[in-house]
Amino acid sequence: MKLLYWQLATDNRQLFLMVYLTRKAEFSASHVYHNPEFTPEENRRIFGKCNNPNGHGHNYTLEVTVKGEVDPRSGFVVDLKQLKEVMHREVLDAMDHRFLNKEVPEFLHRIPTTENIAIAIWQRLVTKLESAKLHRVRVYETPDLFVDFYGEE
Amino acid sequence: MKAHLSRRYLFSASHRLHSEAMSTEENKMTYGKCNNPYGHGHNYIVEVTVSGPVDQQTGMVCNLVDLDSFIEREVLARFDHENLNTLQEFSKEVPTTENLCIQIYEIVQRGFPHAHLERVRLEETMMNSFEYTGRSS
Repeated sequence: MKLLYWQLATDNRQLFLMVYLTRKAEFSASHVYHNPEFTPEENRRIFGKCNNPNGHGHNYTLEVTVKGEVDPRSGFVVDLKQLKEVMHREVLDAMDHRFLNKEVPEFLHRIPTTENIAIAIWQRLVTKLESAKLHRVRVYETPDLFVDFYGEE
Repeated sequence: MKAHLSRRYLFSASHRLHSEAMSTEENKMTYGKCNNPYGHGHNYIVEVTVSGPVDQQTGMVCNLVDLDSFIEREVLARFDHENLNTLQEFSKEVPTTENLCIQIYEIVQRGFPHAHLERVRLEETMMNSFEYTGRSS
């Protein structure tokens, strides 16, 4: 978790600046890349090993970044306990130790690429956060590959 | 919907920071140990971030096979296990990690057609990293 916090006091006035807060979580899941509209050859050519029919898995790392002004009474951007609960309820309970293609509704008809996982997590979280605004969802599929989604731009 | 995809690659190279425009003393003062005459090396990590709409058919910003093969051919094959000072790319400029980062950005920007290049981030050690996002920013 990274927390950046600035508070400026100027002539007895306090200016509150935008602060970004990131919380991490991990989940493990399996998936397969396969588009039924493609031929078997096209699926193999485009998706390579990710098209192996029985699927494969990853340890994903999720980073959720929210932004907001620091509440003058609590000193918080967001209630971390609430953020953690929302991440667990909306994302980890649904995706951890699951086969994404069959067990997560978003992926019944959409390929669970890291891109689509980041978008699905954004959509699950964006309406559920109370005090802070969702800024970025980052999903690491491996330490060397990650996707950032900032919402519909 | 637009997403950003980042991929990290490793290569190892040596360099010596030395500017022909400076005196021996100035070089020593400016570059310190990096000016030692026989050079030294690093394990560099290059993090390439591209962006674009997520293709409805494939669920991808771009195919990783295309990105990996491009970076392998155009970046890693060019710089891995080389002495940067001996390369034509650094015949006129000091191979600082700043300059190397800009060179890699320009190689990807010029040659990779499958997604928009957002950023090249280059880690020289675990403690130092450099980012280049192009001329406009």
